[in-house]
Amino acid sequence: MSSRRAFLGKAAALGGIAVAPGLFLFEPARAKGVTSKVRWGMLVDTTRCAEGCDACVKACDRENGLSGRAGPDDSQWIRKVELKNKSTGRTLSLPVMCQHCAEPPCVDVCPTGASFKRADGIVLVDRHICIGCRYCMMACPYKARSFVHYPLHDQKPDVPRGQGCVESCTLCVQRVDRGEQPACVEACKATGRQALFFGDLNDPQSEISRRMREAGAKQIRPDLQLDTGVRYQGI
Amino acid sequence: MPAGAAAGVDKPVIEKARSGPCIAPPEVMRREHPDMLKHQRTITVHEGVVNAKVDLEKCVACHASKTTGSVAASPQDFCESCHAYAGVKLDCFECHASRPKQVGDRR
Repeated sequence: MSSRRAFLGKAAALGGIAVAPGLFLFEPARAKGVTSKVRWGMLVDTTRCAEGCDACVKACDRENGLSGRAGPDDSQWIRKVELKNKSTGRTLSLPVMCQHCAEPPCVDVCPTGASFKRADGIVLVDRHICIGCRYCMMACPYKARSFVHYPLHDQKPDVPRGQGCVESCTLCVQRVDRGEQPACVEACKATGRQALFFGDLNDPQSEISRRMREAGAKQIRPDLQLDTGVRYQGI
Repeated sequence: MPAGAAAGVDKPVIEKARSGPCIAPPEVMRREHPDMLKHQRTITVHEGVVNAKVDLEKCVACHASKTTGSVAASPQDFCESCHAYAGVKLDCFECHASRPKQVGDRR
């Protein structure tokens, strides 16, 4: 028995050596990749969001190199929506963008796999494989996606965009990967209203989780059971 | 046969890179760079790996022309001149910036 055990021990050790160089080569590049331990999300406090304020929209346009126009041919990754309850007269103003669903319909319908959800919950379009069919635009209940109709020039180095592809809010993935907050959140904070909060929904200690726990937060169209990453307080 | 015809079309203009050695020897880069970039783009976009060894932004930063500031703005620029010579369509820069990141680009 003891000799067999010794043999198994040696075999395991040899196996370890064989695996180790592969792991060593593999690890450093991927170690920085995203994991599902984190789920990025956003909380919109509609009680603080001011009617007529479009600081978040402007910041998004600036960060991502969008035209800032709102025509049918223009890309809009975030837009302000003003609502009025006709029976009570109560008005609400809130930003709507890609809701970064946990069960994204855009991903379900994409025929090429270009629409995808990153491990950390950010829903993106891989423009390398997007064929511009726009099924995802049809599938999105939030009308969050835009199509680029014309050739673009002087794109931002961090935000490649081009004709023939669908695009939408990326939660400023280029900033998030640098450890920063999305541009809209930063701009909202700069106005002093601070209606937007960004953070990790999986971490119960994060500010966004604490606020959602204490003040409550709703999804738009919760009946669709998409488990959105963007939540609204006060709707 | 005239000398010009024997020489074929003009060889591509290869402007010297701005700094240091490349990530692989020139003969490897000439042949392998499309595969490197194609492999890396999936890892970067889908898995969120940034600052990898293969990084188009770094290629552009090093190879942008000193006169045009770009790798694909004029027929003499680094990427454009070789791709025109090889007759291969260069479509990276329909979406990606062909100029290095400026200080103001971050904000």
